[in-house]
Amino acid sequence: MSGGEELHEVRLTVNGAAYQVRVPARRLLSDCIRHDLGLTGTHVGCEHGVCGACTILLDGDPVRSCLMLAVSADGAQITTVEGLAEPDGTLSPVQQAFADCHGLQCGFCTPGFLTTITAGLRATPDPGEQQAREMVGGNLCRCTGYHNIVASVLRAAQIQRERAARRP
Amino acid sequence: MTSFFGASVQRVEDDRLLRGLGAYLDDLGDDALAAAFVRSPHAHARITDIDVSGALDVDGLVAIYTFEDLPGRLAEPLPLLIPHPSLTHGRTPYPLAAGEVNHVGEPVVMVVARDRYLAEDAAGQIEVSYQPLPAVVGLAAARAAQHLVHDDVPGNLAGNAVQENGDARAAISAAPHVLELDFEIERSASTPLEGRGVLARWDGQAQRMRIWTSTQTSTGVRAAVAAKLGLALADVDVITPDVGGGFGVKIVHPWPEEVLVPWAARLLGQPVKFTEDRREHFIASAHERAQQHHVRVGFDDGGRILGLDVRFWHDNGAYIPYGLIVPIVTSTQLLGPYKPGAYRVEFDSLYTNTVIVTPYRGAGRPQGAFVMERTMDAIAAALRLDRAVVRERNFIQPGEMPYDQGLIFQDGRPLIYDSGDYPALLAKLKELIGWDQFAAYQQAARAQGRRVGIGLGCYVEGTGVGPYEGGHVVVETSGKVKVATGLTTQGQGHQTVFAQLVADELGVPLADVQIVTGDTRRFGYAVGTFASRAAVMSGSAIALAARKARAKALRVAAEAMEVSADDLEIVDGIVQVKGDPASGIALGTVAVLSNPLRYAFDDAAQAATQFAGGDASRPPVAEGEEPGIEGRAFFSPARSTFASGMHAAIVETDPDTAEVTILRYCVVHDCGRLINPRIVEGQIHGGVAQGVAGALYERMAYDDAGQLQNASFMDFLMPYVSEVPARIEIGHQQTPSPLNPLGIKGAGEAGVIPGAAVLAAAIEDAEGFPVTSMPMSPSDLFELRRTHKDTP
Repeated sequence: MSGGEELHEVRLTVNGAAYQVRVPARRLLSDCIRHDLGLTGTHVGCEHGVCGACTILLDGDPVRSCLMLAVSADGAQITTVEGLAEPDGTLSPVQQAFADCHGLQCGFCTPGFLTTITAGLRATPDPGEQQAREMVGGNLCRCTGYHNIVASVLRAAQIQRERAARRP
Repeated sequence: MTSFFGASVQRVEDDRLLRGLGAYLDDLGDDALAAAFVRSPHAHARITDIDVSGALDVDGLVAIYTFEDLPGRLAEPLPLLIPHPSLTHGRTPYPLAAGEVNHVGEPVVMVVARDRYLAEDAAGQIEVSYQPLPAVVGLAAARAAQHLVHDDVPGNLAGNAVQENGDARAAISAAPHVLELDFEIERSASTPLEGRGVLARWDGQAQRMRIWTSTQTSTGVRAAVAAKLGLALADVDVITPDVGGGFGVKIVHPWPEEVLVPWAARLLGQPVKFTEDRREHFIASAHERAQQHHVRVGFDDGGRILGLDVRFWHDNGAYIPYGLIVPIVTSTQLLGPYKPGAYRVEFDSLYTNTVIVTPYRGAGRPQGAFVMERTMDAIAAALRLDRAVVRERNFIQPGEMPYDQGLIFQDGRPLIYDSGDYPALLAKLKELIGWDQFAAYQQAARAQGRRVGIGLGCYVEGTGVGPYEGGHVVVETSGKVKVATGLTTQGQGHQTVFAQLVADELGVPLADVQIVTGDTRRFGYAVGTFASRAAVMSGSAIALAARKARAKALRVAAEAMEVSADDLEIVDGIVQVKGDPASGIALGTVAVLSNPLRYAFDDAAQAATQFAGGDASRPPVAEGEEPGIEGRAFFSPARSTFASGMHAAIVETDPDTAEVTILRYCVVHDCGRLINPRIVEGQIHGGVAQGVAGALYERMAYDDAGQLQNASFMDFLMPYVSEVPARIEIGHQQTPSPLNPLGIKGAGEAGVIPGAAVLAAAIEDAEGFPVTSMPMSPSDLFELRRTHKDTP
């Protein structure tokens, strides 16, 4: 953190927990989440908004945290990959689907896919294959060739339906 | 008993990674100072002055280092990792430029500050004055040698090598048909989503160094840093954290940053971290692929090759720390599944003022397959024969295995294929894609004004190169099994497949096995992860180590149970008389029995103290034995084992926009016995995506001044999901390798190798003119169409 720079107080609610940090105006939201809050599950792959690894949910919407300043997120509700699992620790449908379908290899881009798909399935709970491809169309992965990621989207929708059916 | 070998078990790595609990390099060292680098903006220049005065007032600045500050061996060039008699003019960089820079991105000044923002503030205030020199960019300029990259390297020639088996030129002269062909491939790069990074902590009290680095070889980094900093190997630990992809680029070591960061950490007495950003990865890590090839081939009326003479030129960039490996691989693996008659190959490896060239997944094989497969297609076209038939006629037959190609491979060993069945693979591929039915489909499509084409490409891949890997297996008194191997992992699923092997060998549940890779504290002898070698090398070593641990466990249990070890088996972690579960004792208990103790610290230990019983007339640890249930083993094969495969694709080219769409992509693949089919298929998917990328999208757009014009993910066209085939149809064939105890072959690179060859062939088939250069963008294809319209 900077010594000479003016610091600004930022209040964030991340994965349900309240945080208050003092950061310079230029601090990227991605750096704030990773290094000020210690939530290193959000990854930075390009720092210019193209790869999508740093995608978080900001007030429910998928947002590239490397393209946003921490100060502009003041007051926001944020969900990162660390906040996706169910309260009892069960993997979320999207997380479970990635495990089921071998949707990840090195895992570096994965948090951005998980957040993106989590939001995508809220908007489109029952996607066809083409919709599944479009849902992940803005995120880069170098390992998987995307095949199993698309399969994971479809599987996640299925798990979501199964879990909803089991709920009393 | 269920076998885990061959089962598509779910990856044990995933739970942690899916919860955001992975620990990649930049996730570590929150207390570390940050390093940033001033890098050359010129492709070739002399440094005339470095003025750091503007940076001194920057808040949070800790230190600034230039070449002048480097002591001892740090002021020498970085090592030439793989020397070779043909590499006559090997040049490597200094950690920080010593008066001259040879590519844009070369590090000149290191800045250490309280955080990365401040380090970059300070770096931005440092003024380096340069006297620009003419830049050598691209192979044409390197070959012309009007300007030199290094003053003391005439002709820009790092090395020239020739290999010959038979008299190829005579065979070609005597052949009924001769073709001369030129083929070119441009640059691409590994481009993992996580760049390079290194964190170092110096423990001043213990005088020990601990380094975390995003590498493909922790033991290599350890040895290199120890040598550069004058430390004993025993005083340096190198730990590979989770690595966000490698694909070759992270096998290079030590990077300048990997020696500078530990050095600064020791000097400053504080942890220091460097995390590469995306632009730095483009201009300061490594690229691959750029080669020009000239082929002369002589063949008979049936398309059988009688003589093949290949001359090629390899762009090795500004320096050549990894030696001649890539062009050596091209020159040998070019032969693929074929008997070329007589073969001669010669290459020049040439310096240019661009980023260094080191292996990227496939490592020279994509270029070799491109040259050989395009040559096969040219022969078929010349003789009006089916392209598959020409290949069939040139195949090495299964009965000819092992087959000696009469060359020396990249590992310095003879190029002898151990096993494979190429005719069966081709039959499988033709069936899968419907090769024989395509002509009718193409004709029908043409009638509708559509342009479709089919292509195929074959390859043989030397995998599992030596010299060795090792493994260590220990059974804890809890019954849990801890396993370590020295090579590193970057997403391949090693923790899963190695656990499958150990669970089978020891007879324990998969969940009880935990694998650690790439941590020199756990296993100090290793080579690294490259050349599709991890499963073959470490997999074999770990299996052998597990067998030793098992034998020891049976010996100890046999004594306790007063039966013969031969009568025992281990089922689900219980050692029992064969077929008699009631007789069993837990493997953890056997571990307790194997280690006589003086002191009790828990219930298990209590059972093992010297007062717990035993034969008082014998030493507590029998002669020749050691305490504990452990096994340690190394695997060092005589030669590489050769995997093989064949791909075929159907493409459609847009008559107006010249866009290429892949309609089908089929892969048949033989990597010996499959440990985990789903993981192998994942490797194929990723490889095919990179093959498609290299064929249709990715290139390094250097301008004449040596500026990389597309050094960002905005401009370097790494495929999104929309650019890769929606489906990759895969068929497996399993021809076991006789060279290792598991019968396996490597699978990591296979998917990428024939991509450019296959897609070039399919585009050629759709368009009706030769495709000799890849990648092929829509504008390239558009221009080709214009050329061929002008000169029909």
